[in-house]
Formats: sequence, C-alpha cells, structure tokens
Amino acid sequence: MTNTISDRFKTEEYFINMGPQHPATHGVLRLILTIDGEIIKNVEPDLGYIHRSIEKMSERDSYQQIVHLTDRMDYLSAHMNNEAVCLLVENALEMEMPERVKVIRTIMAELTRIASHLLWWGVMGMDVGALTTFMYGFRDRELINDIFEETCGARLTMNYNIPGGLMFDILPNFQQRVKDFLTHFKTKLPEYDTLLTNNVIFQKRTKGVGYLSMEDAISFGTSGPVGRGSGYSCDVRKHHPYSAYTNIDFKEVIRTEGDTLARYEVRIQEMWESIAIIENLIDNIPEGDFKVATKAVIKLPKGEFYQKVETARGELGVFVVSTGTKNPYRIKFRSPGFSNLSALNKMIVGGKIGDLVAVTSTLDLVIPDIDR
Amino acid sequence: MSDQELQDILTEFDLGLVFSEETSQYLTVRVPKEGLHLLMNKLKSDINLSFDYLFCLTGIDWGEELGVIYHLESTTHRHSLVVKVQTADRENPILDSVEDIWLTANFHEMEVFDFFGIKFKNHPNLKRLFLPKDWTGYPLRKDYVDTINMVVK
Amino acid sequence: MTDLFTTYTGSVLQMLLIAAGYLGFFAIAGLLLVWLERRVAAFFQLRLGPNRVGPFGLMQTIADALKLLSKELTGTDKADKFLYNLAPYFVIITALIALAVLPFSQQIQAFDINIGLFFLTAVSSVGVIGILLGGWSSNNKYALIGAMRSGVQTVSYELSVGLSLLTMVLLTGSLQLSEIIEVQKDGWLIVQGHVPALIAFLIFMIAGTAETNRAPFDLVEAESELGAGFHTEYSGMKFAYFFLAEFINMFIIAAIAVVVFFGGWLSPFGITESLPWLGAFWFLGKTLVIIFLMMWFRWTFPRLRVDQILTLEWKYLLPINLFNIVFMAVIIWLNLEIKF
Repeated sequence: MTNTISDRFKTEEYFINMGPQHPATHGVLRLILTIDGEIIKNVEPDLGYIHRSIEKMSERDSYQQIVHLTDRMDYLSAHMNNEAVCLLVENALEMEMPERVKVIRTIMAELTRIASHLLWWGVMGMDVGALTTFMYGFRDRELINDIFEETCGARLTMNYNIPGGLMFDILPNFQQRVKDFLTHFKTKLPEYDTLLTNNVIFQKRTKGVGYLSMEDAISFGTSGPVGRGSGYSCDVRKHHPYSAYTNIDFKEVIRTEGDTLARYEVRIQEMWESIAIIENLIDNIPEGDFKVATKAVIKLPKGEFYQKVETARGELGVFVVSTGTKNPYRIKFRSPGFSNLSALNKMIVGGKIGDLVAVTSTLDLVIPDIDR
Repeated sequence: MSDQELQDILTEFDLGLVFSEETSQYLTVRVPKEGLHLLMNKLKSDINLSFDYLFCLTGIDWGEELGVIYHLESTTHRHSLVVKVQTADRENPILDSVEDIWLTANFHEMEVFDFFGIKFKNHPNLKRLFLPKDWTGYPLRKDYVDTINMVVK
Repeated sequence: MTDLFTTYTGSVLQMLLIAAGYLGFFAIAGLLLVWLERRVAAFFQLRLGPNRVGPFGLMQTIADALKLLSKELTGTDKADKFLYNLAPYFVIITALIALAVLPFSQQIQAFDINIGLFFLTAVSSVGVIGILLGGWSSNNKYALIGAMRSGVQTVSYELSVGLSLLTMVLLTGSLQLSEIIEVQKDGWLIVQGHVPALIAFLIFMIAGTAETNRAPFDLVEAESELGAGFHTEYSGMKFAYFFLAEFINMFIIAAIAVVVFFGGWLSPFGITESLPWLGAFWFLGKTLVIIFLMMWFRWTFPRLRVDQILTLEWKYLLPINLFNIVFMAVIIWLNLEIKF
C-alpha cells in the first residue's frame, strides 16, 4: 500500500438538508448545503413547498378577489400587499383617492411595518441563540395586532384595503389607541438595544458576516432593508412615492457596511422612522369619505400597468397585462423575498453554519412570499 | 432622462427596435429575439443609460407567442424602461439568458422556465424551481389543462 | 467468620442505602432544577411559566417525566444500536458519580477522598464521551456535527476549568474537598485570594458553562442551527437522560464553584457556626445562586459561533489563566492573602 497520510485522512464535502422542516428556515424553505466540516461551500434553495400559483389563480379572478389573495403572499406585510393591487387598479382607472384614505392607508402600512420588524427581531434573536427576544418582540407586536383587530376584524391577513378605498372607516378611539401604543413602544424600543444589539456576542456574530456589496445588491435585485444595508438607496416610498408618502418627510435609513449587522440596524432604525411617520400623520387624519364608489365589476382598460410599493421586506411589484376584461390577462407579483433569497449564496459561501442562520435571518424571508 | 431622450438613444442602436404605441407609465420597446442579449448588454454598460437594476422579469403567454418582459431601472439616472421579447416557437422556445448581465435573472429565468417552458440559452443552472422535476407541462401557459388541480370558472 | 459476614453485609447495606439516598436526591434535584429553569426563563420572558400542575407548577416536571416514560423509543435504521443505547447511560452515570464526592455539609459527604477536586474534574469530563457516542452512532448528520462540536468544545474548556481550580489549590494546598472548606474558616477563598481568585472565578464560570454545554455555549444543541444537535435522534426516556444530565452537570459545576470559592457549607461570617446542621442549607443556597447565574446567562445571551468559542478559549482564557496561576503564586509567596 502506498497510501500517503493525506490519502488516508482525506476530507470530503457532504450534503446536508436544511429544511423544509428546520427551525431556522422560518417555514418550508429547503436549503441544500454543501459543507466541508463547518464551512459552507454552496447553498442551493429548493423552493415550491407551498406554491399555490396565485398568479394563475388571479387570471380567473376579478380584481376585488385578487386583493384577498395577496394577503397570503407576504402575510406579515398583508396590508402593503393589498395596497399594491388597490393602487394599481385605482391608477389604471384614474381614480383619485380622498386624502383620508391615503393617510389611513399609510398609518396602517407603517404599523404593519413595525409589526413585521418586531416579529423579525424576535426571530433574529432566536436564530443567534438569544431566546428571550422572541417574547419581547411578540409582547409589543400583540398590541399592534389588537389595533388591527379592532379596526378591521383581522389580526394578520387584514384585507382592509379594497379597490376604491378602505373596507371600513376607523373607529373613534383609533387615534388614541395608536398614540398609546407609540408612547409604550418608544420606551420599549431602547430595551431591544440593551438586550441584543449592544451584546458583545451578538456584535461578534453579525459584524462582517454575510457581506453583500452594493453592486451585487443591485444586480441581485435585492431591495428593502437588505438593499439598504448595502448602501443602496432603494426605498420605493422615496423614489416612487404613493399614498401619503408623497407629502410627508421621512429619512431613508441607509447603512453602507453591507453585513448582517448593517441589515439589522437598518430594520431597527426603520422602526424609529415608522414611529415618526405615524406620529406625523396620526393627529392630521383629514375628514372625508373612506371610500369611493366603484363599479361592481371592475374592468381595467387595455394595457400594461405596474405598481410598486415598499413592504416590510422590500419592493413588491405588481405587473398586470390587461386586455380590457374583468380579469387580468397576466398578473405577475415581483416579490421582494424571491430576489433577496437569490443573493444568499453570494453572501454565505465561506461562512460557517452559524453564519448561515444569522444571514438568512437578516434576509427576513417569508416563504409564502417567495413561493407565491 | 425623459422617455423621449431615451427613445432617441435607443433608436440609434439600430437593432430593429419597435416602440409601443400603447399608453403605459414606462417607455416600452420590443426587440427581436436575436438582438436581445446585445441590447441588454448595451443598456447595462452604456454610461448614459446604465440600467443596472432589473426589477421585474415576467414570462407571458400571448396565445400564439411566448414572451418575456423585462422591467429595467437605472439606480443612477432613475429612469425606467420596459423591454419585450417573444418567440413564436411554442414547442422549443429558446431565448438568450441575461443572467450574465443581472444576477437576479438567475432565479427569475428559472421561474419563467418552470411555468412557461422558455429555455434560456447560457443560463448556468436551468431547472424547475418550484415544481417537482417530473412535472409535465407548463402551468402558466394559457393552453395548460389540469382537470384535477385547477378550478376553472 | 460470622463477625466478618455481619460487618460485610452491614457495610453493603449501608452503601446501598446511601446510594439509594443519592439516587433519590439526584432525581428530585434534577426535576426541581428543570422546574426552576422554566420558572426563571418565564421570569425573564414576561411569562408565568408552569403554574397548573401542583402548587406553583412544581409537579409539572413529574408530569413531563411520565409523558417521556410513556413515549415510544424511536431510532434511526442504520444507527449503531449498541453505542446508540449506551450513550445516554454514559452521560447520566458520570453525572451521578460526580455527585458522590460533593460535601453537602460537614457530615453529609459520601466519599471524602484526598484527590476530590481532581476526581470531580476527571469524572465530569468523561460525560463528553457519551455525547460523542450518541452523536456519532445515531447516523444523523446534524447529530454528528453536534457531537464534533461537543468534542472540540469540551476538550478545550476542560483546560480552563482545571487550571482555574488549580489556581485555588495553590491557596488550600490540598485537593480534598473537606480540607478545602476547612481552610476557608478564615474567609472564603474568593476573599482570601482577592484579585487572582476573582479572575479564576470568572474563568471558572465561563469554562464551567461551556463544560455543561449551556447557552451561550450551547453549540452542541444549537436548535436554530442543528435542530437538536447530538440528541436529535433520541426520544422518550433516553432523551430525558440527556436532559436530566445537563441539569445535574450544572448543579455539579455550581457546587464546585461553591466549594472552591464560596466556602462550601460554611455560613457567611460564621453566623450559624453553632448550628452545624445548617451547613446543607448554606451549601444548597449558595449553589442555587450560582445556578441562577447560569440560567441568567442562558436566557439573555446569544450563542457564540464555533470558531469564536475556540478563539475565546485558546487565545484569551488559557493565557490569562496561566498568568493568573503565577500571579496567585506571587501573592502567596509575599503573604498578601486576606485572612480574618
């Protein structure tokens, strides 16, 4: 035998399945990892475990019905998803929404954003091993859900938007409840930094991990906090303003580091920005109608329409090709999570298994959003 | 850059581009499939255009033809453009991949392949993304029939 | 002959009784600690914790143990059955052996050998073999990664545990636990040894937490990364053994800390010196405080990454530890200990 030592003790890469049932993939995402010891050589997502083909279903549905399907894509930004389709229909029909509708939509969207980021924060902490964050995040998120429940009867898939305005008017105590929540939340948000952000282990786990350059961020089509963490100004609310964002002033949070910590901080800062936006609007809800009458059967004119909104995860685009009938000829949802996930391989190769968990966590994936 | 200026620059490329007359919020241009990759390369690299953000890639079944619609935006100039391409071959539709120009096309083209069966030349890893490997047919095509799973109204 | 027989049976009976007593203590302590962990976790997480079964939910762990007992024992097809079944016993028996030398009070100590401290560190490091066996034999990739991490981690942190205890042994001049406590009648060792003793205590707590595989060093389980790590494929009572052993190991580490740094069963400032039977109370009380500290770590800290764990040990704790021993020797040489 002429075996050298390196022959006898050679290492080989092996495959490992992360998911579809795995605590860190937040749903039924399956990642096929190629690893060498602890070091990741390749990550390949295997999608489709909950694909419902919403795009095909929408081709037979009316526009009012499609709104209700969009809730089930990114269920954590249900309100913004609804808003995207509603705005598209309203713009196509050239309907002007009353100011009241715009303002309430924006307030609800920002509340949804906070709720989504809170859930993300809790889960992010869990993923890096700090179990208590989950309960903290849910404590405050619960209060937002209560406001949603009182306003429109649902806590998660809200369906509050309809083409032509809102399903119901807000209740008289809505403003007070939101203000109460904000006062409470502003005292709690600094606690989050004390518990997790400033923790030295957390900083070590996230700083410099999962680096994504700005050029790659744009090329991969990442958006939302993932893009902004890489220094790429991609806030749809700034660049293509809609609803009440047209006339309010807010700061787009941008970090240039491009690592996991940067994406984390973008989301934390965004919560502060959302608070500021809501505070700006909550006392100035104009009087007026909460919806505009539409025809029972909405027919979009012939043509192509595109509407983008900023969900909690990034840029959601709705693209409709209409032939002038009551159904879209083709509808495409450009979901933020799908593009963000495609950057995962670039970010993680060379990292450890522990890094993968932290990085997927800051991508803030919602699997129904990717699978649609 | 305004849509008119964009149109002027694009006409100079001389790639047989057809500008859409339909009213749309974006300038829409139709390109023959042979010139697709060349056009896309120019759109990305031309310093005045620099369309570096492919924000949507949609497959579509026009009935006779299969097509792909690219929504492009420039993050420096903040102008947008829609590029359309189509192929009449329904049995074996082949288009050029733009994966080498925009990395996001990797996943989006796999999705289009999965649902429309359009094959992308030079795509590094073209396979079914959502559906199982052994799935027959391409569900988002208009002539797709599935009597069990589809509810038709 | 008959005399010999009676003394022989007598001592065997005595041994059996003591063993049964320790087993009982072991079970009750394990169950209580599980309950305590849940209540502490709930306290940190704005929850109530178990509060329905029995007073303050004290019976909750018993109910859980019954549930685990009645569960089906599943395993993987291609597991190495013998090693797979052996692993949990390895872990739990080593935890049990270590309990024997702990001095609960001046009277209650089953086994007072003159190498007590050495024995404790030696036995507590055998447990990792069980984890390695369990992870390897269950034929699961996640379990294997968990087991490998455990091996790497325990071998490294063993050094720091041993060296930090050795620093204190310089003060006592003995490895026998009862003597170590006797020395502390002039003041707890953490006071006697002041600065180096404090450093040694901090290192011991860090390394001890790592030894027991608890957060922030719970890479072995790391549920968000590896599912459940080395015990992914264990169910029912076999899983419960691993679970119980973790808590007993935590108790042992806390108990060592109390004996070596905080005067064991001695009361603070000798306030109950006239009541020696209170020793067990002081011992358990101090141990519980240290255990609470370890639970506090677990419910507030994120987990380290595997390379960071090794960096921490080999680049920071170990060099500091070595200097600390020299420092302590200098302190003793110059007679700078604080004694009352």
